[in-house]
Amino acid sequence: MSPVADTTEQFTTDDLAEFTRESSAATALGALALVWVALSVLSLVGVGGIVPPLRELVMVLAVYAGLVFAIGALWRYSKSDALLIVGVMLALYVVFGVAMVVFLELPLNGLVNTLRRITFLSAVYAMLVLALNLHWGYTGLFNIGVAGFMAIGVYTMAIISGPELGLGLPLPLGIVGGVLASALVGLIAALPALRLDADYLAIVTVAFSEIIRLTLNSSVFAEMTLFGTTVGTGGGQGIRTPENPIRAIFYTDPGDTSAGLTPVGDVLFEVTGSLKVFLVSGVGIRDSVVIGLAYVIALVAIVAAFYWLLRRIGNSPFGRVLKAIREDEMVANSLGKDTQLFKIKTFMVGCALMGLAGILWRGSTGFTIPSDYMPIQTFYIFLALIIGGAGSNTGSVLGGIVFATLLFEGPPQLARIIPVLLDDLFGLQITDAPNTSIEAIAPLSSLDVTPFIAYSLENISTLRFIFLGVLIVYLMQNRPEGLLGHRKESAAAVDLSAGRNGGGDRE
Amino acid sequence: MGATQAYIRGRKLITERPGLVVVSAIAVLLFLDLVRRILTGATLISTVAGYVWNGTVIGLIIGLAGIGLSLTYSILNFANFSHGDYLTVGAFSGWTASYLVAGLGTATIGELFLLNASPRDIGITATAEPLSIVAGLVVAIVMTILIALLIDRLVYEPMRDAGGISLLIASIGVALALRYFVVFVYGTSLRGLTAGDVPKVSPTIVDGTITIDAHEATLVVSAVLLMLGIHVFLQQTKFGKAMRAMSDNKDLARVTGIPTERVIQWTWLLGAGLAGSAGYLIALKRGSMGFNLGWVLLLLIFAAVILGGIGSIYGAMIGGVIIGIVRNLSLVWLPTDFSLAAAFLIMILILLFRPEGIFGGVKTA
Repeated sequence: MSPVADTTEQFTTDDLAEFTRESSAATALGALALVWVALSVLSLVGVGGIVPPLRELVMVLAVYAGLVFAIGALWRYSKSDALLIVGVMLALYVVFGVAMVVFLELPLNGLVNTLRRITFLSAVYAMLVLALNLHWGYTGLFNIGVAGFMAIGVYTMAIISGPELGLGLPLPLGIVGGVLASALVGLIAALPALRLDADYLAIVTVAFSEIIRLTLNSSVFAEMTLFGTTVGTGGGQGIRTPENPIRAIFYTDPGDTSAGLTPVGDVLFEVTGSLKVFLVSGVGIRDSVVIGLAYVIALVAIVAAFYWLLRRIGNSPFGRVLKAIREDEMVANSLGKDTQLFKIKTFMVGCALMGLAGILWRGSTGFTIPSDYMPIQTFYIFLALIIGGAGSNTGSVLGGIVFATLLFEGPPQLARIIPVLLDDLFGLQITDAPNTSIEAIAPLSSLDVTPFIAYSLENISTLRFIFLGVLIVYLMQNRPEGLLGHRKESAAAVDLSAGRNGGGDRE
Repeated sequence: MGATQAYIRGRKLITERPGLVVVSAIAVLLFLDLVRRILTGATLISTVAGYVWNGTVIGLIIGLAGIGLSLTYSILNFANFSHGDYLTVGAFSGWTASYLVAGLGTATIGELFLLNASPRDIGITATAEPLSIVAGLVVAIVMTILIALLIDRLVYEPMRDAGGISLLIASIGVALALRYFVVFVYGTSLRGLTAGDVPKVSPTIVDGTITIDAHEATLVVSAVLLMLGIHVFLQQTKFGKAMRAMSDNKDLARVTGIPTERVIQWTWLLGAGLAGSAGYLIALKRGSMGFNLGWVLLLLIFAAVILGGIGSIYGAMIGGVIIGIVRNLSLVWLPTDFSLAAAFLIMILILLFRPEGIFGGVKTA
């Protein structure tokens, strides 16, 4: 960090902390492995009761400790960001997969569907966080109206190409229209808002997104006649979006499954329908899950394209000005850059990407309603950006992945696993949850924790909100730079530090 | 000569601030249209009067809550997104107290505490159970103050030197945690609170009547008393002066010997107390509440504070009433769905053309 850092061999307290962290992870791994061996021996000689389930739990924990260790190593030594992202994603697959198979005994179809779901959410969040990073991370524009711009994209697409209440035009036209509409609304929002300070911009953008949502929710525009066709927003009832085009790979007529399969679909469904995987119960994956899987693969490719595009923007002379605006707008202005114009352009590009991400997410599921675009949606994306670290594209993708899997999908899955574990280990039956918090808390006085646990598990989504809120506060207090935000991206596209110290690598 | 000067001034205004001219023109047109509607009988004067009365009632609540937001905005330098949820905390804790006072014996403690007892059995109205209303209002104020002070200690105190945006983001976290803590305890249902006949008067205004019920009257009297109280407090004690000094320059205030931490605590105390009472009173007026009560009002409160000028408590009061009236008066032209949008639009326009707010020039905190 400091100029003295050239003396690379010096052992700093940071190194010590990392060393301690890694060695404690390794110790934990070793200890868990030992306990597992001991429990295995016990269960082999026929000790029953708590031993076999405990052995299972210890095994899973050992796998997790190993993963933490591996990701830690990847984090420190990997020079490739792509490898890091892939590594984290694979590790999360193992985390979810092992827990699903060992504790919930999920059959193959359910397992694949869970993994598909977390990949889907990771991909759409990664896209949205990347777009927001362009606003907040690069340019310092505090936009908390993301949900509104998503809504504009999805609804415009649905109105242009949708089956009901839509003009029924081809889908590519709808997508282009949706993206352009988002950019345009971004412009309308940007013109007044960008003259303001960051906190005013926050209030205006969130008010703007609420105006959009309330307008879509209103019955006034729900249905009207335009050029002889009925179009509209559908009001609070929502609107149908076009059929997902990925279905064309499998069905000759995407809208009608009875019309028959394409050759690809025929072969693929045949294979997946009878697939068996070692250690996993159940045979075959359902066709609908296979189609969803194909869409997720397409999404991952689009995330890569988003990443590439934003990297290009960030490393271009244009991106350099954006970083200058973020650090000190007045300096950038004094150097003759029209910062207003830069900010407006950036705002429009970011909004267009948010619209596109919205289309790929909410537009792909066949149906969308205005309440998909509550301000909380924006806060989710912001939290993901803070976790990843504002200003870093790799951090944005990682933040999206970590948020979508561990924080969003994790708690409900954990709520399914905990009762199984409690039953196996302590014979504690978590049956019906009490209806009110009083009925859950009152038995605590007589040391009966079951109702409280049941109530908490039943209301896990509420607890998740509380946890997310606490996490935001914790991050802002202790680690405002996020996972990767501390990695300063150099303003120049090429590494200028390489030649200066005789080729020595400074970091 | 006067005409020439006026012409030059007008030309300058048009060329330099065309947006302002357009907005003013639209405002004048809307006013003329309102006059036309009243003259032709398309809109009754009593309808307009009803809108204004309802707008004032809501506006007083927004203003009451806005005082606290304005104070924290100017003294701690951040937009507190959890302020709306202080209203929710006040409403729920206050109504729990009201139910316990009014309904003891008619339902179990648990039902009363969680507000699950039937409102008809409890039968709270301002006239039937005035004691429970007073108790609820006091508890709402005290509980909200305690929670706000606790949150300041846990969340904001370690972040005193952080920038406004960091604090804003942290306050979003606080908002989420608070709101869903309320959900965890009380659940998500929208619950009715009052039942029974609320006494009302219906004075005649020219061509029709408007209705004023006892709960609205309670709200107006309480809000005005609280506002007067805060005015006297800030005028008569040193804290008013200390707060003004702190909002101007924190470091200078500290050097001068002002106990800045104490001032901050008093700021939270006043702001949260008013927010809690506002939450309790709006629930009384509506007769029902849900966990989103405060969050939904937050943007309107922001609108009021920005309209009045950040840091000005009189600005927040008047801004609140204006926002309330605008929101209701927009019903003359717009369907109900858009009344909120109209209020937000006013806020955006104020930010565009007078970002310092109506009272921005005079710091009156």
